[in-house]
Amino acid sequence: MDEFSLYVLDITMNSVRAGADTILISLIEEGDWLTFTVTDNGCGMSKEQVESLSNPFFTTRKTRKVGLGVPFLTMLAEMTGGGVKITSVPAKNEDGSENPDHGTVIKGTFGRNHIDFIPLGDMVETVKTLIQGSPEVNFSYVHTFPGGNVELHCADLRAMLGEEISLAEPEILAWIGGYLQEQYAGEEA
Amino acid sequence: MNGKQLLETLDLKTVCGSVESFDGVYAGDLLSRAMSHVEADNLWITIMNNMNVIAVASLTEAAAVILAEGVTLVPEALEAAREKGICVLSSEKTVYELCAGIAKNM
Repeated sequence: MDEFSLYVLDITMNSVRAGADTILISLIEEGDWLTFTVTDNGCGMSKEQVESLSNPFFTTRKTRKVGLGVPFLTMLAEMTGGGVKITSVPAKNEDGSENPDHGTVIKGTFGRNHIDFIPLGDMVETVKTLIQGSPEVNFSYVHTFPGGNVELHCADLRAMLGEEISLAEPEILAWIGGYLQEQYAGEEA
Repeated sequence: MNGKQLLETLDLKTVCGSVESFDGVYAGDLLSRAMSHVEADNLWITIMNNMNVIAVASLTEAAAVILAEGVTLVPEALEAAREKGICVLSSEKTVYELCAGIAKNM
């Protein structure tokens, strides 16, 4: 994974697999730092599961759904002087009671000017890939950088297009790609 | 070249485990790349020293990891390597010197 967009794809897929129907992907570039946050309303994790995420053996051997994604993200963050913090509220408590506000927040900070940081990669393609793979999910994508801001909210598109039209339709995806490209072109990254 | 000859020829130190034989070599530090390029029974030469190295070596079924340039495993990684039976060797040589040394003796 030599582009940051691949990490974004990998981490966001965890939220999709956690059954989230609303996922916010936020990239904020400010000064020397890039802050990457994925907030979802998926099934969440227990405290033990969150702690085990940093152990690749637990993640690769026991809960295959998670994979090496978080260890790799943490490694990149730490290599560039930052770190990763995960907070999660499980849908079901140990005593069986339910948490209505369940979900997971993964927040990573990366030294964007550090010599070991990698290129951002193609975020437009990444967002399109996510929507194509899970058109029913309401993704929000926000990328803020010095001098600009790019946003896409699937819920807004759905409100305009109506529920019966899938966001994975080729024409819709092409429009989404163009819409994001236009924002990036208008506001030099 | 078998495992014993490898250790002697390249003057490698054994950190943990043992290597009887190997088939092929991969050198590289980007772990996601290594995950898709290290083949079973390969020697994998790297300067990375964290827990994820052991996870990748385990997933790819590498014959051994050779840590170049005198790097040492972080304690958790050493513990994981012992626990999972991953062979880890080390050397003061650079990745290039190790590769060249192996190539010369194949």
